[in-house]
Amino acid sequence: MPITETHEIHKRRFGRNLGVALTLAGFVAIVFLLTMSKIRNGGTVEAFDHAVRPSITQSEGDSE
Amino acid sequence: MSDFTANTSSSTPQEAQFSDYFALLKPRVMSLVVFTAFVGLMVAPVGVPPMVGFTAILFIALGGGASGALNMWYDSDIDRVMKRTSGRPIPAGRVTEGEALSLGLWLSALSVVMLGLAANWFAAAFLAFTIFFYAVVYTMWLKRLTPQNIVIGGAAGAFPPMIGWAVATGGVSVESVLMFCLTFMWTPPHFWALALFMKSDYDAAKVPMLTVTHGRPHTRKMILIYTLLLAPVAIATGLTSIGGPVYMAAAIVLNVLFVKGGYDIWRRSEDAAKADDFKTEKKVFRFSLLYLFLHFGALLAEAGLRSFGLGGW
Repeated sequence: MPITETHEIHKRRFGRNLGVALTLAGFVAIVFLLTMSKIRNGGTVEAFDHAVRPSITQSEGDSE
Repeated sequence: MSDFTANTSSSTPQEAQFSDYFALLKPRVMSLVVFTAFVGLMVAPVGVPPMVGFTAILFIALGGGASGALNMWYDSDIDRVMKRTSGRPIPAGRVTEGEALSLGLWLSALSVVMLGLAANWFAAAFLAFTIFFYAVVYTMWLKRLTPQNIVIGGAAGAFPPMIGWAVATGGVSVESVLMFCLTFMWTPPHFWALALFMKSDYDAAKVPMLTVTHGRPHTRKMILIYTLLLAPVAIATGLTSIGGPVYMAAAIVLNVLFVKGGYDIWRRSEDAAKADDFKTEKKVFRFSLLYLFLHFGALLAEAGLRSFGLGGW
């Protein structure tokens, strides 16, 4: 019997497998869109990039 | 024939479908959670980006669903006895207890972590507490112990609007507490009206519902008392920053009708109820669903009007 032939179990579990696949795809899409939303609305999002960051450096007036 | 065929031929004819796992999440309860949490989020004074709001509501609903799966896992012995629940995936033999427990625990963890990442960790902790309250305090502890199970356990179903509010504000306020109280005080008359016409189910399952432990006349009296106690909570909500004329008008009409329903149930004798197949009890139960929907709908309407410079006091 060739491996490509559709077995009864493929039909029986098709709905279940499709549901899991769509759920996982939906989860990936949500994480991606949430990340995009967070970045766009982040405002103060700032990573360490070996550069001077204005938000953590003191202004000249503060240092006195 | 191959070994592959031999291995699969022994599988049960009642194999679980995706819909069975979805049914473990109690979709109808989830719809209430989604709606009240959404209202809690929308009426909050602080806005959130739409995608953050959508994700938060989704994972609050998933957390509610996870607690539903844990409830079905623990209560599978009761579900097998009760006519209303005997068709659920576990008693019907399509899903095992272990699968339901595993699904419930994993989805609980996922929903709490995702809510924390999407919104804030206060809201996430609140969701975790809600799942704990429903799965452990209500399901494992109170449900089989005391006829007050519905009263105290109802808190679990009342937390979602507070979580929605916490998603936006990161905290708790008098408005969110009143939204909690509204659902909390509504739950007992809602479920006891159901228990009055689903009598045989709770009797057979030996769940200490008020109808079983204190009798049906006492239950009728308690429904009236709770509708009377609920009315000031509903009115008080209308006096806060989330209320307004639209909400107040709706609350007054709905509470007069609900108290009237409670009075009608209290006044009826068992013989009269049996004679018309619990017509009044069923009517009040259906109205209770509308009652909660319209209260939260009115709060949503006030928030919508406020965005146009209308609504509110």
